[in-house]
Amino acid sequence: MKHHFGRSRHPASRGTSASMRVAVMGMIAAALSLPAVAQGSMIGSSANAFNPAISLILSGTYTHLSQDPAAYSLSGFALGDAASPGQRGFGISPSELHLSSNIDPDLYAAMALIINPDNTVSLEEAYFQTTGLGNGFTLKGGRFFSGIGMINQKHPHAWDFIDEPLAYRTFLNFQYGDEGLQVRWVAPTETFIELGGEALRGSGFVAGGNEKNGIGAHSLFAHIGGDAGVSQSWRVGGALLNAAPRGRESGAIGAGLPDTFSGDSRLWTADFIWKWAPNGNPGIKNAVIQGEYFWREDDGLMSGAVSGITGDYHARQSGGYLQGVYQFMPRWRAGLRYDVLATHELNDASGALADPNYKPSRVGVILEFAKSQFSRFRLQYNADQSQPGGVDHQVYAQYQLSLGAHGGHQF
Amino acid sequence: MKKIINLCLLLMLGQLGINGAHATCKDAQVPGEGEARGSGCRERPALQVMACEPEWGALAKEIGGDDVVVYTATTGLQDPHRIEARPSLIAQVRRANMLVCTGADLEAGWLPLLLRQAGNPRVQPGAPGYFEAASFVTKLEIPTRLDRSEGDVHAAGNPHIQTDPRNIAQVAEALSKRLGEVDPAHAAAYQSRHAAFSAKWNTAMQRWEKRAAPLKGVAIVVQHRGFPYLSNWLGLREIATLESKPGIEPSSSHLSAVLAQLQRQPAKMVIHAAYQGDRASAWLASRTSIPVVELPFTVGGTPEAQDLFSLFDDTVQRLLKAVQDTGSGQ
Repeated sequence: MKHHFGRSRHPASRGTSASMRVAVMGMIAAALSLPAVAQGSMIGSSANAFNPAISLILSGTYTHLSQDPAAYSLSGFALGDAASPGQRGFGISPSELHLSSNIDPDLYAAMALIINPDNTVSLEEAYFQTTGLGNGFTLKGGRFFSGIGMINQKHPHAWDFIDEPLAYRTFLNFQYGDEGLQVRWVAPTETFIELGGEALRGSGFVAGGNEKNGIGAHSLFAHIGGDAGVSQSWRVGGALLNAAPRGRESGAIGAGLPDTFSGDSRLWTADFIWKWAPNGNPGIKNAVIQGEYFWREDDGLMSGAVSGITGDYHARQSGGYLQGVYQFMPRWRAGLRYDVLATHELNDASGALADPNYKPSRVGVILEFAKSQFSRFRLQYNADQSQPGGVDHQVYAQYQLSLGAHGGHQF
Repeated sequence: MKKIINLCLLLMLGQLGINGAHATCKDAQVPGEGEARGSGCRERPALQVMACEPEWGALAKEIGGDDVVVYTATTGLQDPHRIEARPSLIAQVRRANMLVCTGADLEAGWLPLLLRQAGNPRVQPGAPGYFEAASFVTKLEIPTRLDRSEGDVHAAGNPHIQTDPRNIAQVAEALSKRLGEVDPAHAAAYQSRHAAFSAKWNTAMQRWEKRAAPLKGVAIVVQHRGFPYLSNWLGLREIATLESKPGIEPSSSHLSAVLAQLQRQPAKMVIHAAYQGDRASAWLASRTSIPVVELPFTVGGTPEAQDLFSLFDDTVQRLLKAVQDTGSGQ
C-alpha cells in the first residue's frame, strides 16, 4: 500500500484510496470491538487488547462564496498555498484519523493522519512525548503543531469557527506544524506557569524551504493561567518564532509562478482566553472570549515570479482576531468573531506584492448545535472585506462527527 | 507590540523566580522526595493529594489527616463527566504526590489531558500515586453492548460508585494502604486513622440502613443513571430514566413515553443530582404530582452534605421526606 505523506497534493489512484479505506475501516472495527471482547470484569489476555486509541473525525461543508476563491489574494501580504476561503459548493473537509497510546511507562505517542478530499493522505502529526521525565518537564519529538499562538496546537476540528482566523491564514498558511523537538516545563506553583521552546526543521510556512543541518527555526513560548473563583478561568500567552526562510514560496504557487523570499522572519504572538461557566459546570451555559495578536517582521530578498526582479524586502505586518462564543442553552452555541490585518511597513523592490494601502478585515457569526458530545452541526456567515473591491458574503454549513475513542480538548 | 510581548515574557520569568524558590522549599519536604529539610522551611511535611471528586477529597482528609494537603479538583455542583482541562488543574497535577480519582472512564474527558501536560511521573497511571477508586469495588451496569448509539456509556460499568456507603468503606481500606505505600513514613498514622474511620462508618451505616427501611421497594424515576449503587443499597426500584440514553438531554418524546408509563406504573419520586439542572424532573413532577428530590450526590452537593457522614445523613433524609410527603403504600 502506497501512501502519500506531506502537504503536496498528489492525485491518488483509485486502488490506493480503496485499500486505504479498507485498512482504516478494519482498524476502527478492531478498536470498537475490543471492549465487547473484553466484556466482563477484567480484560483478559488477547492480542488486540493493546491497540492504540483510535478516533476518526469526519466532516463535510457546504460553502457559498460571493467572490471567486480562485482569485483570492490579500494585497500587501505574501500568502502560502493554503490561504483560501475554501471551495464553492458541497465538499468534505479533510478526515482526521488519530491514533495514540502509551508506549511504555515513560512515553506516549500519537499520530494524526489527514485524508484529504482529493484522496491524498498527509501526516499532520506523528510524535512521541515523555510522561516520565519529572519535575514538570515534558519532551516532545517528531512532527507536531508548534506551541506558538493559542489555537495553533489544537486540531482544526476543535476550533470554534469553521474557517481559520485571517492571521492564521496569512502568517501561518493555515496552521504551523513542523518537525523537531519541543521542551516544556510547568512550574510547581498554584498559578499555572508554563515555559517552552522548540528546535525545528523549518519546513512549515513562515520558515519554509529552510532545510539545512542544524536548527532551521526555533521558538520560545510562555503561558500563565488560573481560575478566578469557581466560575471563571483564564490563560494568557506569548511566543516568538524565529525562522530564516530560504526560498519561501508565496503568491501564484498553484500556477507554478511562486514568488520566493529568503532572509529572516520573526513572528511574535500574544494570546488570551477567558472562560466562564456558572459553578464551573459548562454543560448548561458557558461563554468563552479569546483573542490572538500576531506581529511579523520579514527582512531579506524577494524574487517576483512575474516581475522577474529580485530585490530588498522589508515588511512589518500584524493581524489578530477577537471572538466570543456563548452557549445560551444546552447543545446550542452562538459566536461572533472579528478579524483584522495591517501592513505597517513594506518595502518590496521586487514588485511582487500589490498595493499595501488596504486593511483587510472580516466579521463572522456562527450558530452551532451539538446533538451529543460526538456530533455538531454549524452554520457560519462571514462579511469578508479582506480584499478591496466589496464584501465577500461567505456562508458555510458544516457537520462534524467524532467516531471511536475521543478524549476532551485542550483548554 | 514586540516590546509588550517581551515585557510579558520578562514578567512571567520574574514571577517564576519567586514562586520557584518557594516551591523548591516545599518540594524538599515532600516525603519520598529526599529528606532535605531546614533551610528556613518550617512547615510540616505533607503529602500533596489531588482528588478528582469531592467524595474522594473528603475521604483523603479522613484518612490522611494532618499528613496530607488535599486539593479537590471539582465541586459538588459540577458534572464530573464534563470538566475543562483548566490551567489551574494542570498546575495542581504538577504538584501532586498522589491523585485520588474515580476511574472507570468518569474523568476520560479531562484527566488524561492534565496528566499529559503536567510532566509529573509520580501520578501517571501505573504509578503508586495514581489511585482509581472504582477498581476496588464491584461495578454495576457493565454494558453488554458498547456502542455510541447507547449514549455516553462507560465500558467499565457505571462509575458513580460513591452513592453506596459500602463502596466508600472498601475504597477507604484500599486508600489507607496506598497512602502508606506512597508515604511510608506515615503508614502507621494512615492505618490507625482508617481503623477509627472504619468503626465510625460501620456504626453510621447501621443507622442509615435502619432509618431507610421504609425506602425498600419504593419505585423511583431517575433523571440520569447516576444512582444504581444507591438503589442497590437501599432497595429502591428504578422504573424509568428521564435521559433516554446516558448523557443525552431528555427529549420531549421520551418524556411523554415516561409519563405514559407512570400512569400505568406509578412512582413515588423523581430524583436528580444537585449538579444537574432540574428542568426535566420539574416537568415530570408538574404533570404527575410526584415530588422532585434533589440529592447531594457528593460532598458539597447540598448545604447539608458537608462531609461523607452528612452526605448520607442528608441523602437518606431527603428520600424519607419524599416518601412521607406522598403518604405510605405503593
